[in-house]
Amino acid sequence: MIPFPAKVAAARAAAGLSRRAGAGGGTSLPGKLLLRIAPDAVTRLSSRLAGGVIALSATNGKTTTAKMLASMLEPEHRLCRNAAGANLASGVASALIGCRHAELGVFEVDEAALEELAPALRPRVLGLGNLFRDQLDRYGELELVAARWRRISDGPWRIVRNADDPLVAALPAGAGSLSYGIDDPAVALPELPHAADSKWCAACGERLHYDAVYLGHLGAWRCPACGNARPPLDVAATSVRFDGLAGTDITVATPLGARRVRMPLPGLYNVYNALAAVAMACAAGGVPLGRMAAGLEAFGPAFGRFERVATGAGEAVLVLSKNPAGANEVIRTLAHDPAPKRLVVALNDRIADGRDVSWIWDVDFELLAPGVESVVTSGTRAAEMAMRLKYAGVDPDVMRVEPDLAAALDTAVAAGDGPAYVLTTYTAMLELRGALTRRGVVPPYWEAA
Amino acid sequence: MTDLRICHLYPEHLNIYADRGNIAVLRYRCERRDIAFAVRGCGPGDPLPEADLYYLGGGQDRDQVAVAGDLVARSGDLRAAVDGGAAVLAVCGGYQLLGHGYRGHAGDDMPGTGLVDLVTEAGPTRMIGNIAIRCELDPGRPRTVVGFENHAGRTHLGEGVEPLGQVLHGHGNNGADGGEGVRTGRVLGTYIHGPLLPKNPWLADWLVGASLERRHGTVALDPLDDALESEAHRVAERIAAAG
Repeated sequence: MIPFPAKVAAARAAAGLSRRAGAGGGTSLPGKLLLRIAPDAVTRLSSRLAGGVIALSATNGKTTTAKMLASMLEPEHRLCRNAAGANLASGVASALIGCRHAELGVFEVDEAALEELAPALRPRVLGLGNLFRDQLDRYGELELVAARWRRISDGPWRIVRNADDPLVAALPAGAGSLSYGIDDPAVALPELPHAADSKWCAACGERLHYDAVYLGHLGAWRCPACGNARPPLDVAATSVRFDGLAGTDITVATPLGARRVRMPLPGLYNVYNALAAVAMACAAGGVPLGRMAAGLEAFGPAFGRFERVATGAGEAVLVLSKNPAGANEVIRTLAHDPAPKRLVVALNDRIADGRDVSWIWDVDFELLAPGVESVVTSGTRAAEMAMRLKYAGVDPDVMRVEPDLAAALDTAVAAGDGPAYVLTTYTAMLELRGALTRRGVVPPYWEAA
Repeated sequence: MTDLRICHLYPEHLNIYADRGNIAVLRYRCERRDIAFAVRGCGPGDPLPEADLYYLGGGQDRDQVAVAGDLVARSGDLRAAVDGGAAVLAVCGGYQLLGHGYRGHAGDDMPGTGLVDLVTEAGPTRMIGNIAIRCELDPGRPRTVVGFENHAGRTHLGEGVEPLGQVLHGHGNNGADGGEGVRTGRVLGTYIHGPLLPKNPWLADWLVGASLERRHGTVALDPLDDALESEAHRVAERIAAAG
């Protein structure tokens, strides 16, 4: 029988080969190989991390939240992370193979893989963020994902949960759990959006009442029938102020005290990501409030999340938009800057994007239409995307259909001054980055993260 | 002025596959032709509005069960509306509710309206993927419908009941008999979403025409510029064929 260290070494060598062959950064392959020959590899490798593991999952914000948490912890700790967003068992195993001298693990986990990975990683702290409808063909209904989480939330770990999400707040959580949410009605939406997912009480089925709706179905909710309500917040954001696309100011209230923080990121969803990171740092312990604030203030966007990149001929802002709740927040955030924009909207239907593209009809592109100077649609479903934008009120005369991603980007960049905004699904973003990497203008994605 | 009245049944519960896209397409294709368009929602317990077209979408299992009883209680009213010339479009879960009911694996049975002679039973796996079917709603004019299907139910049509079309690529009603959906008169049911109507504008126009007949007789519909729709249809058919 081959000893475990030899198996790890073989998988590690495979990562190097994959990278040299130009087949990608080896963010999944070595782990996949290792798990085939050592199914318990995640447990064996993660148990070597002296400081333990912090794990988190959510439909939206996993990569950004993990990066924020890392930004708070990195000055004091050597971290092991799956930073490029490979968040299935193979990705987590690959990350563990790649970091030999780390002491603390920070892992984002795919929402459907959490049921398998939480028992394997045995995290000290488990962050449970939002649940939104996403890739129904791959994940199934939202209720099924919630049921998977319900089976593991009551484990031997400290739960950090998004109290503003009724579905997440309904999960069992043991002693020492922390709840986070937003407490600032000034940034609330006028009503629950049409695409809201969880508007019924998890306890009794009655329609929930919202004192404030912040994002999708996230907000200050309560059930008028049975008294079920948003749990008290241990970590909260108050006095949220947006500074266009440049940044956001928030006051973060925590068990360690309150602090005014300037984040260099736009959008309310990033406030949720920051709260999740702060609450997990509080639950992990040993991180002073000043360190948390500094981590948020020094933060650069995770790759493809309002990330500015050079294209060779100009500049683009890459914005991952992969499900209705996420895309609606992107559109709401773009509206913080009223100047008309040149857009690329790239829609792929590969497996990692979800093969079913129905979701674009749950996105409020109608709100985007007035701020459009020109649009190039792209990806495997470029024409379908253009059709959706036509129904949203975008003038067909300012639209072009260009399935080739790099050509679409170049067309949009060349059409005017200032950056082109690129709204893109997951695989379209990786393909676009690949094209820009081959031009030598951006680093490969496994280094950019 | 010509006008079309739509009743959207259970818009709060049955909306999982972007059903509002279907409504948006019907609205667009009416308003472009100066046909006034009105849509009214109908939730559990609300009085059933009089309408030319009743729309039923798909929902999560829990939401579907939550409205099934309410819908079944209205079976008589719906039957009367259909007999009076109203059209029906039912997609996914809504399609299953058109029939006699849904037989689940264990205790999760769901009653149906019995508006159409069909029955659905839970299958061992979900049928998921791109789909294309060939239909002939108007004799001698075969057309294709493209979209996406995602259902665990196997639907079986009663003796002599016609499917909406024959499967070219994909699974269809039950993965066995080659049929997809159902069509009886002005009542259409289908598993195809995507949503259904944007990429199949000819079907949207067929529904608009069929729905208008009740109060306005045959209305000639001017052609619209469907260049993007046709291209999206062509791409979807190619992707469905590739499997």
